[in-house]
Amino acid sequence: MKKEFSQNLGFFGLFLCMLTTILALGSIIYFIAARGFSVLSWSFLTQVPYSAMTKGGIAPVIVGTFYITLGAIMFALPLGIACAVYLCEYSPKSIVVNIIRISINNLAGVPSVVFGLFGLAVFVKFFGFGVSILSGSLTLGILALPMIISSAQEALLAVPQSIREASLSLGATKWGTIKNIVLPTALPGILTGVILSIGRVAGETAPILFTAAAFYTRGYPKSVFSEVMALPYHIYALMTEGAHPDKQRAIAYGCSLVLLFLVLFISGFAIFLRQRQRSLYG
Amino acid sequence: MDNKIKMQAKNVDFFYGKNQALKNVNLNVYANKVTAMIGPSGCGKSTFIRLFNRMNELVAHTTLKGKILLDDLDINSPLVDAVDIRKRVGMVFQKPNPFPKTIFENISYGLKVNGIKDKAFIEQKVEDSLKKAVIWAEVKDRLNDSALKLSGGQQQRLCIARCLAVETEVILFDEPCASLDPISTAKIEELILELKKDYSIVIVTHNMQQAARVSDYTGFFLLGELIEFGKTQDIFTAPKDKKTEAYITGRFG
Ligand SMILES: Nc1ncnc2c1ncn2[C@@H]1O[C@H](COP(=O)(O)OP(=O)(O)O)[C@@H](O)[C@H]1O
Ligand SMILES: [Mg+2]
Repeated sequence: MKKEFSQNLGFFGLFLCMLTTILALGSIIYFIAARGFSVLSWSFLTQVPYSAMTKGGIAPVIVGTFYITLGAIMFALPLGIACAVYLCEYSPKSIVVNIIRISINNLAGVPSVVFGLFGLAVFVKFFGFGVSILSGSLTLGILALPMIISSAQEALLAVPQSIREASLSLGATKWGTIKNIVLPTALPGILTGVILSIGRVAGETAPILFTAAAFYTRGYPKSVFSEVMALPYHIYALMTEGAHPDKQRAIAYGCSLVLLFLVLFISGFAIFLRQRQRSLYG
Repeated sequence: MDNKIKMQAKNVDFFYGKNQALKNVNLNVYANKVTAMIGPSGCGKSTFIRLFNRMNELVAHTTLKGKILLDDLDINSPLVDAVDIRKRVGMVFQKPNPFPKTIFENISYGLKVNGIKDKAFIEQKVEDSLKKAVIWAEVKDRLNDSALKLSGGQQQRLCIARCLAVETEVILFDEPCASLDPISTAKIEELILELKKDYSIVIVTHNMQQAARVSDYTGFFLLGELIEFGKTQDIFTAPKDKKTEAYITGRFG
């Protein structure tokens, strides 16, 4: 009797925790939707802005965010997987490798504005890519790298030794085993890391502040060397600059809502891929 | 009866770090015969069988002394690639370990590894291997299903088929029936008897009845030592060593 009571109390506590989380998430979405929904329209999504940002849409901003996010993942994914494969499958267990591991984990804790300054110094200035999609993508890519590496490492470690042995016992080489057995098996786990990093990358402001973003560009980006407008920075700029703060504020909420949906959409797609992969292998 | 020797262990010592797992083991694997290794858990049977296809190399900090020969070739010679040895000496593991791929891909994998690209040939070979491993009837309509959906016994026969497709000369079975039900076990035992026409077979088992049923030669291991090795019939009816006798009559751990 007493036991049952304490058990129920426990469940109730857990339920409350869950409720709090959902309430927090729900209220964020509610407030942003309530303030941003009024500006949402087809033309908001498909037109370029004009009249000092107060009219038209945010299409180039969405496109810009899409480009730098895609660029960042295209850069960080192969590099991150290669790093993880080296660390998990090839590296000898030495002090140097351990230091590398620790550095990667610490990289994840570096404040994003520091990445921004790094990108400015290295990509914008040293390599001379200027303030551009390329510089922004590379900077965001480095930000995403530790996330992708550590989730890829986890996914690789989760691949059972028994199927590696099976592959080797059939006369496969080590690299053949990694390429054909280990990586495909680890893919769903790696995609989880990608999902997380996409959400992070698309929403980051500080790293693109000095490396890619402009408050206003005329039309769409023309090449990887163009400056771009991007959603997170655009929101910041709308709230802090410009001559029409009230009109801009509504647009900023509209942008937030779009960013939220964009991230949900991209994540949804990655989850779909992962699910398909799992059902294939499950 | 003079039997051709297929593989040979000569004065083999094996260490995990400082722990000695095998002590001066000498044993012959005869061509087209089934050689069984029996002994209590932890006596080094798996360690020993994994030396025949150089699987123990995957474990860090191990030392091997002595020689393993395959048709007079020293398989651990620096001139020999482990990959080439494994193409000649296949292995079926204790726990079924199909790849998380389709049934078809599980079998075709070994062929692709060997550089075979001819689709018709691969399809034929997949069918033949599945038939040989007596699982064709159960899977022929679902070759594109995930192999992980099969039952444990089916998975193990699939793993055998996977090994057969590569056409090795020797097959090593490490307690292939340990996690299987009696019916699957019987099927696999029958299969092993069938396979010895084409292969030299080594099987680890801690089931003595199984050793008696399927093997021609038996080696009894205890604490890393090969206590006795000889014709299965002799080992089971007239063991020379007291410890062997104690083990096979069940007066032992
Ligand atoms: N990977 C390993 N690392 C260290 N010791 C091991 C390893 N595998 C087996 N051993 C040790 O070697 C001995 C023999 O083990 P094993 O060959 O698995 O025995 P069996 O197959 O007869 O049960 C045991 O004492 C075991 O603890
Ligand atoms: Mg064993």
